[in-house]
Amino acid sequence: MKLFVNRKEIEVPASSLQKRIVEFLREDLDLTGAKNACDIGACGACTILVNDEPMRICIKLVKDFAGARILTIEGLAAPDGTLHPLQQAFVDCGAIQCGYCTPGMVLTAHAFLLKNPRPTRDQIRQAIFKNLCRCTGYQQIIDAIEQAAPHYRGDGCGLQAAKKSGKPTTEKRPDI
Amino acid sequence: MKPETKCWRNDAHAKVTGKAKFADDMKFANVLHAAPVYSDFVHARILSIDTSAAEKVPGVIRVLTAKDVPGENRFGQIIRDYRIFADDKIRYHGDVVALIVAETREIAIHAVLLVKVNAESMPAVLDPEAAMLSDAPLVHENHGSNIVNKHVVRRGNVDEGFRQADFIIEEKFQTQTIEHAYMETEAAVCVPRSTDGIIEIYGSMQHPFSTRRFVAACLGVTLSEVEVIGTPMGGGFGGKDDTAAVVCARVALAAKLLGRPVKMVYRRDWSMRESYKRHPYRVSYKMGVTKAGRITAVQCRIVADGGAYCSVTPWVTWRSTVQCCGPYVVENVHCDTFGVYTNNVVAGAMRGFGSPQVNFMIEQLVEMAAAKIGISGIEFRRRNMVRQGSITITGQKLDGHNVAMEQVLDTVLREMDYEKKLARCAHGKADSDELYGIGLAMSYRGVSLGAEGVDFCAALINAQPDGSILLETGMHENGQGMESAMCLICAEELGVDVNRIRYRRSSTSSIPDSGTTVASRGTIMGGGATALAARELKKKIAEAFCDKLHCTPDEVRFRDDFVYGKSDAGRIPFAQAMRQMWAMQRFPFALGTFKAPRVSWDEHTGQGDAYFTWVYACQAVELIVNKKTGKVKLLKAIASHDVGRAVNPEMVRGQIYGGMAMSAGYALHEEVKAPGGRMTTLNLNTYRIPRSLDIPEMKVIIVENPDPVSPTGAKSIGEPANEILAPAIANAIFNATGVRHFSLPIKLGALSEPTACEEGCQ
Repeated sequence: MKLFVNRKEIEVPASSLQKRIVEFLREDLDLTGAKNACDIGACGACTILVNDEPMRICIKLVKDFAGARILTIEGLAAPDGTLHPLQQAFVDCGAIQCGYCTPGMVLTAHAFLLKNPRPTRDQIRQAIFKNLCRCTGYQQIIDAIEQAAPHYRGDGCGLQAAKKSGKPTTEKRPDI
Repeated sequence: MKPETKCWRNDAHAKVTGKAKFADDMKFANVLHAAPVYSDFVHARILSIDTSAAEKVPGVIRVLTAKDVPGENRFGQIIRDYRIFADDKIRYHGDVVALIVAETREIAIHAVLLVKVNAESMPAVLDPEAAMLSDAPLVHENHGSNIVNKHVVRRGNVDEGFRQADFIIEEKFQTQTIEHAYMETEAAVCVPRSTDGIIEIYGSMQHPFSTRRFVAACLGVTLSEVEVIGTPMGGGFGGKDDTAAVVCARVALAAKLLGRPVKMVYRRDWSMRESYKRHPYRVSYKMGVTKAGRITAVQCRIVADGGAYCSVTPWVTWRSTVQCCGPYVVENVHCDTFGVYTNNVVAGAMRGFGSPQVNFMIEQLVEMAAAKIGISGIEFRRRNMVRQGSITITGQKLDGHNVAMEQVLDTVLREMDYEKKLARCAHGKADSDELYGIGLAMSYRGVSLGAEGVDFCAALINAQPDGSILLETGMHENGQGMESAMCLICAEELGVDVNRIRYRRSSTSSIPDSGTTVASRGTIMGGGATALAARELKKKIAEAFCDKLHCTPDEVRFRDDFVYGKSDAGRIPFAQAMRQMWAMQRFPFALGTFKAPRVSWDEHTGQGDAYFTWVYACQAVELIVNKKTGKVKLLKAIASHDVGRAVNPEMVRGQIYGGMAMSAGYALHEEVKAPGGRMTTLNLNTYRIPRSLDIPEMKVIIVENPDPVSPTGAKSIGEPANEILAPAIANAIFNATGVRHFSLPIKLGALSEPTACEEGCQ
């Protein structure tokens, strides 16, 4: 069975098919960004993107992901290590405290902004409501997602607006 | 107010890219896995523990019980009653009787079911008031009673105070048990170092030094033979003190006995079941007030359910005692506070540490008193609040720092347009189903440990020959941004770019024991030590270069990455200065020690200078209560805090936002349920912490009155942020509905049954 993890093709050994995918990622691939915080899909700390959709994977098995395109937090920054504008916004806005919910939160927000690059704050609040955070009260997380939104706008208007305001920007819509 | 600035954190990049390695993310060769074994008893005398079936499971290496502990099986910061493994009795449902150590976590968890605990069930005492009666079953027979501790305040003469009053208000309150719900559960990896046998501990805890103390005692080794190494930690909120230490001790024992690395990461249900909680309180208050709106006397009796072990119950209840009248001047006070053993889940430190409970009560009482007299709650507060030079209920004169109570109150009133909105409150009457309310609460809070205990902290600055700087303090990074705050303080003191500074990975073997990172003491104590170390280092540098700079050591200045003489003409780049010091055989190395100023306490009278300084806060909230469903929707919340000085303003805001959210959960949703002593809220689906949709937009106002007793001017924010939104919500709900709520969480049913006509019938 094949998987595409962070743009790399992975051949999954048969012995791993019955593993939970979160354990496969964490143990076999050493992608430990996805966290096991509840084991029942209640907290969102294990969220990754599967074919661009956020998914809580702590209760899912590897065998159900044949051919899937997976993005984990480790695959979001540019290959040269430059942070994705959404990651940079999390850093700049103080959206990170203990950091345990951060990978799942960033990926959930990333999938949301790909679909809705002009969100209201209420829509952002709605988009992340399945991801629990105990440190931040969500305020600066929402600030960060709002600040990153212009980078997801295909028409370039958002990018210019972002440039004017002096916020970090990228030239093209980030793909995953 | 501070201008908006970008946040600076030394760990943000690692955390946002998934590279930060928390305890569960760390990999060690040849590692074993462990799982705890609980019994289904709530209170029972242990007769035998049969581990033979579990030991026969292929892959199980060993099953440990109390008899395997070579050193102390009992530990505790105040009373040594907490067991590494239950030995004589089971005292609550979360007591651990054994530890399975196996080749994989799955095998360990499977084998847990095969351990048989043979025990004689005893009557459980689950009600703290019942536990105080003389005929109650004893949780700890050798303690002689279930009363863990008693604190008092005896000030003035309450009988006389009540005689002077025009009105007497009497009310009973209670608060619930709540869970910290840190996103990362307890975790530990212990590695026996092959070179020297030292046990290395990587784990999720906020108190590396007490962990080391308990582990060393459990193993029967010296402190120098255990090294706790700083590991990124997924939240603590006071909750990674006792339980986290005992998790480390069990794993360390396995690693020591088996000579292999051992890892244990708690499943959420283990964490919920075993870890200590915030104390549930039952309190009766009696307050006397005059027609002129002055409080003449307060009498209160506080009963805190400490659960099965002492933990820090005496300290938690001490803070409640000192702060039992809120930030008000009361000349006649009679307070009796009891911490009590029961067979409930252990209660210990949680963010707020005894203040959220009493604040919920006193901040409603003052509004009730105001209503009785016919003045606003704001005006009532103004007539009674502490001001510069006021004497607290424990006889402490508030001076030596800026008493900013009125300043933070006024800021909130202005920013919220509070008094105008207050006039719009529904008080139960509205044409629509939506009842609008606004409410506020305020507090003062003693900073750091106070008269609880020894309070001092170390910092080491070790500048390198290339001008880079290594910094370490005795505080711990809990996720709050402690390391970043220390780096910023160090950079400011030395006048260098913060990017020169690397915070060293902390280790209990390299820095003196500076106590635990609790009590909102990180910035004031760690920052104080860092500033003092930097000043010591500057003195050494100044002495080395004053001749070259043609000035006296006192005239040497540090800024913009240069060392300056008296005038700007003579200056040496910082990096060059460090290289030259090496050549001069002078180490640019300094140790700073910040000792908390003197505090005092008389246990018999409850009088003394309880804390060396105080912080002041006010928070307000607007909300809507749906008349039909009783659902509360928070609309907006605002907070104003005097933090002394904001070292990293964006992180100060983060603390306040997070504290407010946690307090909203305390007010409206959160509750640990344990019918018959057996917990049913064992995961984050049944234990409901606030989600993004539960929390409103929040605004933070940082008030800065640098504190002269703090070397950096900075004080505290972690806990002050988490102690008053619940009463603000309670007051807002009253203003919306006209109904007072005296217990937490506030549960609103339908407020009035809709009539048939309202439903649209003829």
